Amino acid sequence: MAELTYREAVAEAIAQEMRRDEDVVFLGEDIGAAGGVFKATVGLFKEFGPERVRDTPISEQAILGAAMGSAMTGLKPIAEIMFSDFLAVCWDIVANEIAKARYMTGGQMSMPLVIRTANGGGSRFGAQHSQSVENWAMMIPGLKVVAPSSPADVKGLLAAAIRDPDPVMFFEQKSLYPIKGFVPDGELVDELGTAKVLRDGGDVTIVALAAMVPRAMKAAEELSAQHGIEATVVDVRSLVPLDTQTILREISKTGRLVTVEENPRLCGWGAEIASIVADEIFWDLDGPIIRITTPHIPLPAADALEDATMPSAERIVREIVEKID
Amino acid sequence: MATAPKSAASKAKGGKGKAKTKAAPRSRTAKPKANADELLKYYRDMLLIRRFEERAGQMYGMGLIGGFCHLYIGQEAVVVGMQAAIDERDAVVTSYRDHGHMLACGMDPKGVMAELTGRIGGYSKGKGGSMHMFSKEKNFYGGHGIVGAQVPIGTGLAFAAKYKKTGGVSLTYLGDGAVNQGQVNEAFNMAELWDLPVIYVIENNRYGMGTSVARASAAKELYRLGEPYGMPGEQVDGMDVLAVHAAAEKAVKHCRDGNGPYVLEMLTYRYRGHSMSDPAKYRTKEEVSDMRDNHDPIANLSKVIVESGSKTEADLKEMDKEVRAIVVEAAEFAQESPEPDPSELYTDVLVEA
Repeated sequence: MAELTYREAVAEAIAQEMRRDEDVVFLGEDIGAAGGVFKATVGLFKEFGPERVRDTPISEQAILGAAMGSAMTGLKPIAEIMFSDFLAVCWDIVANEIAKARYMTGGQMSMPLVIRTANGGGSRFGAQHSQSVENWAMMIPGLKVVAPSSPADVKGLLAAAIRDPDPVMFFEQKSLYPIKGFVPDGELVDELGTAKVLRDGGDVTIVALAAMVPRAMKAAEELSAQHGIEATVVDVRSLVPLDTQTILREISKTGRLVTVEENPRLCGWGAEIASIVADEIFWDLDGPIIRITTPHIPLPAADALEDATMPSAERIVREIVEKID
Repeated sequence: MATAPKSAASKAKGGKGKAKTKAAPRSRTAKPKANADELLKYYRDMLLIRRFEERAGQMYGMGLIGGFCHLYIGQEAVVVGMQAAIDERDAVVTSYRDHGHMLACGMDPKGVMAELTGRIGGYSKGKGGSMHMFSKEKNFYGGHGIVGAQVPIGTGLAFAAKYKKTGGVSLTYLGDGAVNQGQVNEAFNMAELWDLPVIYVIENNRYGMGTSVARASAAKELYRLGEPYGMPGEQVDGMDVLAVHAAAEKAVKHCRDGNGPYVLEMLTYRYRGHSMSDPAKYRTKEEVSDMRDNHDPIANLSKVIVESGSKTEADLKEMDKEVRAIVVEAAEFAQESPEPDPSELYTDVLVEA
């Protein structure tokens, strides 16, 4: 077991996969010589060279076009879109091309590529560099969508995404890059489409994703210590495929569901889970579903304002105490 | 054609510290002498596309084909001349006016027509339709419905060919309407920056849907669009299959020799509307008849063949019969092949769900 940061886990996963497979290439802006704008790809350029770790022009559509064209002809590209907000610049290639290619070819072609991107808020970057856009990807059939919350999950899930024959959107939460965690030694490949139960409690099930996971964990400890409420915490990890088996089981056990979502409120992934719960285990519920989200506003830049928008551990505790007690 | 074909100079590139191939000459590439067999092959390939598209148009009118249907009639010389210059290492990608490209790639007319009629025997089992068809076996990578999107994808095909050192070239076709899409600019820059083996074949049929190039494009000489990047370009009479083939040979050699991308502007014309639902009122009847009567690529090549003495008009009529029979067979297959089972809805979304 080594202690790694979330950002180091990114580079470790890519290096692990590039060492074992010559067909893995990595494309993006400032990923090579500069080591990544978040320093998440440090060392890769030196180890694998400029042919395999390609610094690109600032041309998101060309980056994803290159990734798609080469994925159709035998390569396994990893493309980095520096900030997830920039996916809007190349959404044509994501939504109209990459996601639909397998279907439109009648299964003749697969699309073994990964689009990595720095997602989410908490860094005071303002409305155009802080959005939590995993829901954009979740609503497009033909994509897999992953958002890890810990260094071990980054490494294992990113490796799995690179080996996966389908296109995977890999959302790294940028405020998590400095966090540390233990990562097993040696080759690590996790399983896509699996949620993880991080804490067991009998009173309420908190379902969270990415940066909301550590906040939910903190809130759960607080709820236990201060209010005598024991919470189960489920880390969703993968929005597509969604591990409904684990998620529904854990909700049924407590009869109460709280989703913690970084996204603006409308059409967040938690609404989809609430809908599945209403469909499939409505009679297991002991009370209303609670969704804790960022309000439906663009993200502000100022410290005080941004902190007031994203769900915090304090807010999670407060809402659960108010609504469940 | 009204405009004489031209050629753009390749600019020397600064900063990369290496010599590029010399600029393409400003005159049109000289047509090599094609032998009798080659001429006949071009003729037959163009005729197959023409007859196929005529049939597709009829079937659309009869309600046997739904949705969109963009016919390639008039532009046959472009794809036939280009395809004659490539081999099995090379990849092809285009937009939604794609039936001709598929036939020229050697795809089975039955499978193409059955995709148009939405049958299980279609290349994409009925899930693609007219605009979205593919054949991995024939290195045909679509068939794309979004104007310009195939250009970064075709650049990616070239990226993989270069990375894997296959010697392959990517033929990336786009229309005159696509050149003003932002992603085309991004792709051109990346292709030249990385010396990718891609030929951008701009099929200038004068109209992007109903808007003429003159009204849509500040740059009128589309073959020069790669010039700021140092990409050689050439304007070609796209109604003349021999001129197309000559330009194609030169461009393919440029790419295979590791000199990076190339732009070919094909001056061509579509006789029919943008799609079957377009009556094409934005142009005059005289303009269309002039092209049909005086510049038709198939009629003109038939004259060359007959004058050369290798075949008579009767021989060519016989060939037309054979081609028509292939198209009739394709049309029958496309009506007899079963409709896809509803279970097909949920297959091919992902490899692993």
